[in-house]
Amino acid sequence: MQDGRFKVENRVDIPYNPTELLICTAARLMPDSTTAFIGTGIPLLAAALAQRMHAPHLVPIFEFGGTGAILERIPIAVGEENTFHRAVAASGICDIVETAQRGFVEFGFLGGAQIDQYGNLNSTVIGDYYHPKVRLPGSGGANDVGSHCWRTIAIMRHDKKRFVEKVDFITTPGYLDGPGARERAGLPPGTGPYRVVTNLGVMGFDAESKRMMLLATQPGITVKMVLENTAFEMLLATKIEENPPPTEEELRILREEVDKDRLYI
Amino acid sequence: MNVIQSGIGALIQPPDIDAFREWNRNKTKALVDKRMSEAEAVSRFVHDGDYIGTELYGTVRCPMSLVREIIRQKKRNLRLAGQGVMELDMLLAAHTVSAVDITYIGLEVYGISNSLRREIESGAITSFADWSNASIAWRFKAAAMGVPFIPVRSSLGSDTLKYSAAKVVEDPFTGKPIALLPALILDVGLIHVHRADKYGNAQIDGISGFSAEMARASKRLIISTEEIVDEEVIRSHPNRTIIPYYLVDAVVEAPYGSHPGEMCYVYRRDEEKIREWVKAAENEESAQQYFQRYVFDVPHHQAYLDLIGRDRLEKLRYAGREV
Repeated sequence: MQDGRFKVENRVDIPYNPTELLICTAARLMPDSTTAFIGTGIPLLAAALAQRMHAPHLVPIFEFGGTGAILERIPIAVGEENTFHRAVAASGICDIVETAQRGFVEFGFLGGAQIDQYGNLNSTVIGDYYHPKVRLPGSGGANDVGSHCWRTIAIMRHDKKRFVEKVDFITTPGYLDGPGARERAGLPPGTGPYRVVTNLGVMGFDAESKRMMLLATQPGITVKMVLENTAFEMLLATKIEENPPPTEEELRILREEVDKDRLYI
Repeated sequence: MNVIQSGIGALIQPPDIDAFREWNRNKTKALVDKRMSEAEAVSRFVHDGDYIGTELYGTVRCPMSLVREIIRQKKRNLRLAGQGVMELDMLLAAHTVSAVDITYIGLEVYGISNSLRREIESGAITSFADWSNASIAWRFKAAAMGVPFIPVRSSLGSDTLKYSAAKVVEDPFTGKPIALLPALILDVGLIHVHRADKYGNAQIDGISGFSAEMARASKRLIISTEEIVDEEVIRSHPNRTIIPYYLVDAVVEAPYGSHPGEMCYVYRRDEEKIREWVKAAENEESAQQYFQRYVFDVPHHQAYLDLIGRDRLEKLRYAGREV
């Protein structure tokens, strides 16, 4: 598959798909020796990749009780055995979310069908609550993650249907309606959305206004493309970086070790 | 206490903790043999209209043989709490449910639940509320503590709270907003475990999910177990007992009781059979055909295991605890 598909430049770019890009981008956001509340899917693969790259002591936390699993195999379900494979503790959901509630969990990973400029997320319903266009699964653990973790990272596909002016339902609180709103609602001070990782870019949140701000574009993506795919007014960082593409090593580990059965990638 | 906000979702059953105490006082504390079949346990302890919950969920240590028996006995108007995947999807698709506390009802990697959607759209579900996963577990915990509510910081500021039956109050100590979740007392809890003795003393390996809380929040509790062990196994390591016998009304021996889901350290999930349900659940007709084949045409769990095939099941087993 490789011959002829390498770009002959200073660096060797191996072709990759959008899922692989999201995984690699998210993995780079995970520091070593920290706690990260992980669901299944992309965050899980990102955590597994990070454990093999720069963060061998990343502590994945799974809502139904797994703490500190070594992610040798990829769990499909959030409660399955691989979420506590060679873990340091196997407890239950109350212990896990109480641990987050008292401030022990730094990062939390989230997804959703819609996100707004304050990072509020919807995974409950599209349309009216009682007469929905689409009834989605509901909060699950998402609201707990978004309520208690210090910094949340949302991973989503980027288009106008998902990046909306107003979410139909706030399943998981972001900055609600702006600065100070989380604290006024009673959520722990200093918590909230930190990054949004998409196939088009990486966003943060303006410290003052708490509005979403484009920090970096994905390889080959322009600022214009990000704005065209966002239904709200996206703030722009003073200097917008371009993310480097996944490296050969990242892709090799991802394909040969993390998800060798290609469940996700 | 100043109430700042009241959720508008249904409180499916207001908790009566004094009545719960009386109930618990009257439960037998005698060591009696509670072993029975799925059929007997469900017919004796699950009644139409009951408020029931299952643990852990769908594809993981789930009391699927009991779920299939509830469908087989055509229970109706059940009210349902707990997070769920396949098991809640099946109970919904079998038209057994009229009210539900929704935390997560979906099929994980396989997407959203068409059964939930069909039952809401048809008006079969007359009452529901949304909660976070931990909120439901904490509601069980409140009941387990024997208190009427529990203060938490989940859901504050969100629509998840607005459409739940929680309240936000001013903390009388600090003046800050705090969410109060009402205790959730189930009529019947259904929990699948690794091992139990004939009295119901039960042990779970690996994560315990919300089994400890749900067991203590249930007026009646049916335990299904991979194996029945001698009382001495329990008594030699009593620290491993997550559910003591006096909580338990029925002990059902159900090897592969979580099939097609997994049982940690014992057997893996049966992906092909999970997919078979996912496909069947897409529409009403195929869902009913599935039930005909896997529930109504097999009289009991052993016959279900025969239908699935003993060789197939054996291949799902871990060779040992090398996992």
